[in-house]
Amino acid sequence: MIVEFGHYALVLAFALTLVQSVLPIWGALQKDDRLMAVAPPVSVMLFVLILLSFIVLTGAYLNSDFSVLNVVENSHSAKPLLYKFTGVWGNHEGSMLLWVLILVFFGALVGVFGGNLPADLRAVTLSVQAWVSAGFILFLLATSNPFTRIVNPPLEGADLNPILQDIGLAIHPPLLYVGYVGFSITFSFAVAALILGRIDAAWARWVRPWTLLAWCFLTLGIAMGSYWAYYELGWGGWWFWDPVENASFMPWLAGTALLHSAIVMEKREALKVWTVLLAIFTFSLSLLGTFLVRSGVLTSVHAFATDPARGVFILGLLCIFIGGSLSLYAWRAPMLKQGGLFAPISREGGLVLNNLFLTAACAAVFVGTLYPLVLDAVTGEKISVGAPFFNLTFGPLMVPLLLAVPFGPVLSWKRADLGAACQRLYAAFGLALLLTLVTYWAWGMDKVLAPLGVGLAVWVMAGAISEIVTRVKFFEIGFKRGFARLVGLPGSAWGAAIAHFGIGLTVLGIVTASAFQEERVLTMRPGDTVELAGYQMTFEGAAPRRGPNYTEEVGHFSIRQGGALVAELDPSKRIYTARQMPTTEAGIYTTGFSQVYLSLGEGRGDGAVDVRVYFKPLITLIWIGCVIMSLGAVFSIADRRLRVGAPKPARKRQQSMAAAE
Amino acid sequence: MIQRLFLALLLGLSLLAGPALAVAPDEVLDDPVLESRARALSSELRCMVCQNQSIDDSDAPLAKDLRILVRERLVAGDSDEQVVDYLVSRYGEFVLLKPRFAWHTIVLWAAGPVALIAGLIAIGAALRKRARNRSASTDTSASTLTADEERRLQALLDKTD
Repeated sequence: MIVEFGHYALVLAFALTLVQSVLPIWGALQKDDRLMAVAPPVSVMLFVLILLSFIVLTGAYLNSDFSVLNVVENSHSAKPLLYKFTGVWGNHEGSMLLWVLILVFFGALVGVFGGNLPADLRAVTLSVQAWVSAGFILFLLATSNPFTRIVNPPLEGADLNPILQDIGLAIHPPLLYVGYVGFSITFSFAVAALILGRIDAAWARWVRPWTLLAWCFLTLGIAMGSYWAYYELGWGGWWFWDPVENASFMPWLAGTALLHSAIVMEKREALKVWTVLLAIFTFSLSLLGTFLVRSGVLTSVHAFATDPARGVFILGLLCIFIGGSLSLYAWRAPMLKQGGLFAPISREGGLVLNNLFLTAACAAVFVGTLYPLVLDAVTGEKISVGAPFFNLTFGPLMVPLLLAVPFGPVLSWKRADLGAACQRLYAAFGLALLLTLVTYWAWGMDKVLAPLGVGLAVWVMAGAISEIVTRVKFFEIGFKRGFARLVGLPGSAWGAAIAHFGIGLTVLGIVTASAFQEERVLTMRPGDTVELAGYQMTFEGAAPRRGPNYTEEVGHFSIRQGGALVAELDPSKRIYTARQMPTTEAGIYTTGFSQVYLSLGEGRGDGAVDVRVYFKPLITLIWIGCVIMSLGAVFSIADRRLRVGAPKPARKRQQSMAAAE
Repeated sequence: MIQRLFLALLLGLSLLAGPALAVAPDEVLDDPVLESRARALSSELRCMVCQNQSIDDSDAPLAKDLRILVRERLVAGDSDEQVVDYLVSRYGEFVLLKPRFAWHTIVLWAAGPVALIAGLIAIGAALRKRARNRSASTDTSASTLTADEERRLQALLDKTD
């Protein structure tokens, strides 16, 4: 009964999205306040209904209700409680429900906190959000109903895919979806602006915080996914340029461009039309990602054929939303008025350059991801586009962008003096040069590019620090007054510096972990010791162990440094009983920012086993950098000036802000 | 490989092959120079039964056969290009993770640079147009708000938090 209630709530929500799709926008066009007033309460009600149906599905999982097909296919009574919970979104139907839940949650947020928006903008935005919601709820109901019952319930379920039985599943998809779906709000705002034919100050103020929020979660989601793959899959790779990874990376690139162009729009009223287009592109890429992942076109043509309904349905949604919004853009964008002028060398110019490189990089990834599909469909020729291609095409586009990063924040608005900007970056440049030379000295000339990469990363990081230091003028006005200015710096200045520092850290991690990694592959017998990067690793022996829903063969290793025991690692090979599926669990020892990574291979009889050992210098910086980037976004969102409703700055604050700029 | 995670996650499919480690100790060549060439080549060759995995990463039996094949050719004295040509002649271009530059891949290779150049041209054109407009009219900061919106905006600005 309860399951049917969840299903009913979903159907009811669909009906409400239809109401929401029509009434508020009609009200906005007819200037009828009563019709527009429908939008906020309905947006909250939508959220409540979808939340109810999500709770019902979760209940079915927690109770192991095997009369529900979705639970049978993806759960097992012996599964640990955490995975029963996370298993709700560990499958197509459930994750789609989570997707829709987040979609209507964002709608409800606009409904509740959008009181400061012009009434027609809010009404139209919520209507557009409801169009998207209606499409996806219909998709759930028509092709992917999570509440389908089966006639003869089995006693036991098929269990969740073992790779997904990990804390990663609890964190990674929700973060990623909040990121993906968060861009739906900027999309709805952009479409609303096009429909209303104007972009006013309130619009500009709203777009940036929403973009930052979505970007923050998407960054964390991608980083988490990368770390999950790294420790779960057993050979220490952390990014594979896989089409599905690219599907999440493209909205990230476009979203990064969007949050930079939104700065220009907010401050200078320039780039309005471009920002609207980017907002549409960013969410379109999120939708495209959903399509690529769900339809199965990426795995094989066969997977597509097994359930063509889903693929075709999402493709239809994709065409309607992307095609519709782009047509609307083509029709209405010329009516939008362009704002502030600027010289090529200026803060605006720098941000345009950022947008240029990010968009070109996004285009390269886009074509690389889809080209094999298109070529196969058009000519029947099969080619592969993998990591070596992306490294070659994406990498060179990132180098000039990263070189330019420290210049952006030190350029002034409208018209800037490049010479003065360079002066402010002498120290950062000197430090980068010094560390490049040190790296050459330490590693010799056999790795030509790696030290340059290190220098580039240091340049970005030092540039971020020097931006804060020169803004505060520590050297000119003394430490005490400088500290007061430091605290008084606006959150967006901190946010930019922190996020730029984070990207520098990530680049440093990528360069060192790829260029200076050490690796050994060998067969070890109990008692054998292998030496790598100053660590002695002794294989103490292997023993079987039984987990709640798996059995495993655990290898026991002691890690010593200079004779002293520093860590004990237990990498293992598991077999999950329900699906008879093997997985490997790597043993990881983190020392400073570096890691020793150990994974087991085939057994060779009489206790000997294949072992792969890596030393990955500074690899954790890759993910720490991403976390710091998200932290930068948090600082930026917290900036008073970005808050919706633009509170009047306190007098003192106004002064310190003026002084800091 | 993360694709496997996602696909498993989103489509609820079982994996095609369980993860383990790829290059096995008994495959490793004694000559470190040849072995490092083999590893470099392996990372650019696709395991055709896997999803976007190089033969260096994959533990599928086919990948193992290909790794051994690559090493045999190298030991026999083939250059890197000869090994790649041999594999392409046997398995088609699908085996290359980095497609060759040719007519049918020109769009693929050119996409990034062309997007960059097109963007530069567009920006240049916009700047020129801007400069022309500027000389034509000095009125650039005109308010786009109606009187009613002006009033509402003022109310928003007056509201303290």
